Amino acid sequence: MPLSADEFTFFADFLRRESAISVGPDKRYLVESRLTPLALTLGYADSSALVNELRRPLADKNLRNRAVEVMTTNETSFFRDMRPFEVLRTTLVPEALRRNEATRQLRIWSAGASTGQELYSVAMLLDQQFPQLAGWTVTLYGTDLSEQVLAKARAARYSALEVNRGLPAALLVTYFTRDGNEYILDHRIRSRCQFEGMNLTSTWQVMPRFDIVFCRNVLIYFDVEAKRTVLQRIRAHLNDDGVLLLGAAETTLGVVDDYLAVPMGGTVVYRLKRGGAQ
Amino acid sequence: MKALIVDDSRAMRMMIKRVLTPLGFDTAEAGDGREALESLQEGELPDVALVDVSMPVMDGLQLVSALRSNPDTRRITIMMVTSESEPAQIVRALANGAHEYLMKPFTPEAMAGKLAVLGLLPAEPVEAW
Repeated sequence: MPLSADEFTFFADFLRRESAISVGPDKRYLVESRLTPLALTLGYADSSALVNELRRPLADKNLRNRAVEVMTTNETSFFRDMRPFEVLRTTLVPEALRRNEATRQLRIWSAGASTGQELYSVAMLLDQQFPQLAGWTVTLYGTDLSEQVLAKARAARYSALEVNRGLPAALLVTYFTRDGNEYILDHRIRSRCQFEGMNLTSTWQVMPRFDIVFCRNVLIYFDVEAKRTVLQRIRAHLNDDGVLLLGAAETTLGVVDDYLAVPMGGTVVYRLKRGGAQ
Repeated sequence: MKALIVDDSRAMRMMIKRVLTPLGFDTAEAGDGREALESLQEGELPDVALVDVSMPVMDGLQLVSALRSNPDTRRITIMMVTSESEPAQIVRALANGAHEYLMKPFTPEAMAGKLAVLGLLPAEPVEAW
């Protein structure tokens, strides 16, 4: 049975409470299409039965987590949208190299790292294009809400379908070995990336300040208040000259005033305003 | 943009055509490497050739070598579209002069992504809810 209007409303509230993901009534089909396979896998008759289980006051925490996880999209690919990576290569990393010459540290955070392709794309790009980083302390940090996708990120094993998406063939043959139907990323690249579980709208673990933060196609799932909170907290974790990269459909404009949108290489990067509001 | 689809499977050529047409490509087809070379003598050169590896008469690697060694055709961008998924085979194709490599089976998004990597399409659109 499809979700009733009442069940959908409950689930939308539940999702907003647990993860700040916002789903309007027009996304009912999406909720159904994600919940139904989970419901059947866990032995429920349909998505409606699963939602009713979630409504019980002492609903199993694992079930709650699974329901939230299944709604996070995990839509990702290597070098997704390309332009941010081109800007990284031509401008952002060279800038950081000059700026951090004394400390010889570079920190990059992929917030909403999903199955790892974004952070690994950064790692491959740095390895190929910036040999001068040898001897630097480079922190490549990925976080995501979903432990399930992080396990895959850490394993760094991808199907042919996944390496088909966005990964240039030259990088595939340079950095991956085939194992049956999967391609495994070289340990040298994998070991440079660290992945941790983190809910952007809940308590954040202690983290350093970053030079570059990728938070792409994450905010689109949040309501305005959650967007504001996350953007303000990212601000506190950016170096003064740090840069935030959002998805092409996202912006800080109209949400917070701390960032300056700077068009660059066909995309937009966000720098902190000097003396901007906290 | 013009694309030449070279594959001995008519069904595969049709499928690739169905992906390329909405992306704004005019397509032409050939069933093997020899047919592809002959078609190039007749009309306007394509911007990109999508080439299978295993084909009768003249296979994909031979076709790539022929395209790259001819000054008239060497500027055509070449993407292998093949079920060969061994890294060694990919290395061979790239060494022969192919620019990209897409493994079958593939999704339309994957093909569009590779065409974007080659600069033949804008970067992938963002898929939002």
